Amino acid sequence: MIGGDDWKVLLLKCLVLVVFLLTAFAYLTLAERKISARIQLRYGPNRVGPFGLLQPAADGLKLFFKENIAPAERDKLLYLIGPSLAGGAALLAYAVIPWGTNNFFGYDFHWDIAHVNVGLLFILGITSLGVYSLFLGGFASNSKYSLLGGLRSSAQLISYEMAVSFALIGVVILAGSLDLEQIVGAQHGLWFVVLQPLAFILYFTAAFAETNRLPFDLPEAETELIAGYHTEYSSMRFGLYFLGEYINMVTVCSIATALFLGGSLPFPPFHPFDWIPGPVWFLGKVAVLLFVMIWVRWTLPRLRYDRLMNFGWKVLLPIGLVNIVVTGAVVAIRA
Amino acid sequence: MIKELVQGLTFTLRKMGSKPITVQYPEEQKPVTPRHRGRHILHRYDNGLERCIGCELCAAACPVGCIYVLAAENDPNNPISPGERYAERYEINLMRCIYCGYCAEACPTEAITLGPRFELAEYRRERTVVTKAELLESWPGMHTAGLPVSAVGAGADQTGREELDPGVNPRAAWAAEESKVDRETAPHPGELGIPVDVPTVIEPGATP
Repeated sequence: MIGGDDWKVLLLKCLVLVVFLLTAFAYLTLAERKISARIQLRYGPNRVGPFGLLQPAADGLKLFFKENIAPAERDKLLYLIGPSLAGGAALLAYAVIPWGTNNFFGYDFHWDIAHVNVGLLFILGITSLGVYSLFLGGFASNSKYSLLGGLRSSAQLISYEMAVSFALIGVVILAGSLDLEQIVGAQHGLWFVVLQPLAFILYFTAAFAETNRLPFDLPEAETELIAGYHTEYSSMRFGLYFLGEYINMVTVCSIATALFLGGSLPFPPFHPFDWIPGPVWFLGKVAVLLFVMIWVRWTLPRLRYDRLMNFGWKVLLPIGLVNIVVTGAVVAIRA
Repeated sequence: MIKELVQGLTFTLRKMGSKPITVQYPEEQKPVTPRHRGRHILHRYDNGLERCIGCELCAAACPVGCIYVLAAENDPNNPISPGERYAERYEINLMRCIYCGYCAEACPTEAITLGPRFELAEYRRERTVVTKAELLESWPGMHTAGLPVSAVGAGADQTGREELDPGVNPRAAWAAEESKVDRETAPHPGELGIPVDVPTVIEPGATP
């Protein structure tokens, strides 16, 4: 039965998803370069193909054919595990993202690969794996810049992971479930971004730190640490880190979409709009969030490290806690 | 803090809508300044005679020694320049030239100036030595006047964007002239300090 657990369907869905994510990664780099260029009054890449649309292909080829240069004193095993984990964890997290459901010839077709009833926990766990890739890469490179970048990334990600979890708990309380499809379903009529605006801002802010993007790109910090944890990586190993970073962006934006922006639900939730299929709505919302991430990156400067930690522990965390308490109290009173 | 954030974000968003200031170089070009010191130009008088009298002061003034002048006596009945002598060969090694403009300052007849042309890359090293054919200014009346140099210095408008026609393009004309030169006897870039017995032709893609 279509949409069931037939392994052939699952395999096909996996293939489609991996191809989709890699394409999204490629064109996200192009979008980043184009948008940053326009903000800085430039055109951005416009030589390879029409409007520079083949630029990602050229970049990818270049990465593939580059020489693999690695420090002689590296920890050989961990040096390899780092980038693999970065790419792998980023792809893996996407397995449970609820793309929506379509009715094909009487069958309900679920676009997500795995329907896990604690999908949110799964995502939190997998995205936390990403920090290992950064730290292992920084540690195994045996270089001071890499090590500093790795240390910063672990400290930063631990403090922001807390804020992320607290922001999400408010949504979980409202939806009464950790199942992502049920959370999306609970937003019929009213998105959680209206009920939980604080949690949304909290989550999205922490998401910048999670994906190591400006204004929280301390682990990379070109001006201070050359390239942070991936200073000593080149060729496709660097490409994997790059890929992980961009797919993580897609992942955090997808989570924000599913949890706060109604996932695959149409925006004015009535008739003519629900003809557009759910995945299209989902992708559209993700694209808007991705644009905001890029836009913010090219606007704000990097925070100083101590201020970043202060902001994480002394601002975001208390706000998250207050949000949980208030949400819990309101839900308890109304029940 | 929120106010500043919003201010910054609206600023960048507004900038996103404005037109980029990039000049799309090969297709779009900005004019160079009037005093731009690009590749040299050898000038003529209004009647088509060459200003250069072959005095070699430019070569003497050149701090890097990149100018080679071979002077010859003018035929009084059919002069090429108004002086006693004219430059039979005039070559500048552009790989060596530092575009300082001392040659133009030294010139008593204002025959050489530095022009607007700046696209001087070449695939063949020997072509970076530009000859009189390429340097000499075009002259509208040259075809009717029937001057002997006109076949060589035909129509160099000095911008570097001439059509690839040997009648008009100085580079093509030069290539055609050079192919006739007997390399055993003629003075050659070797006299500018480039060793001629070393192969100077480097085709694109060849390993040095």
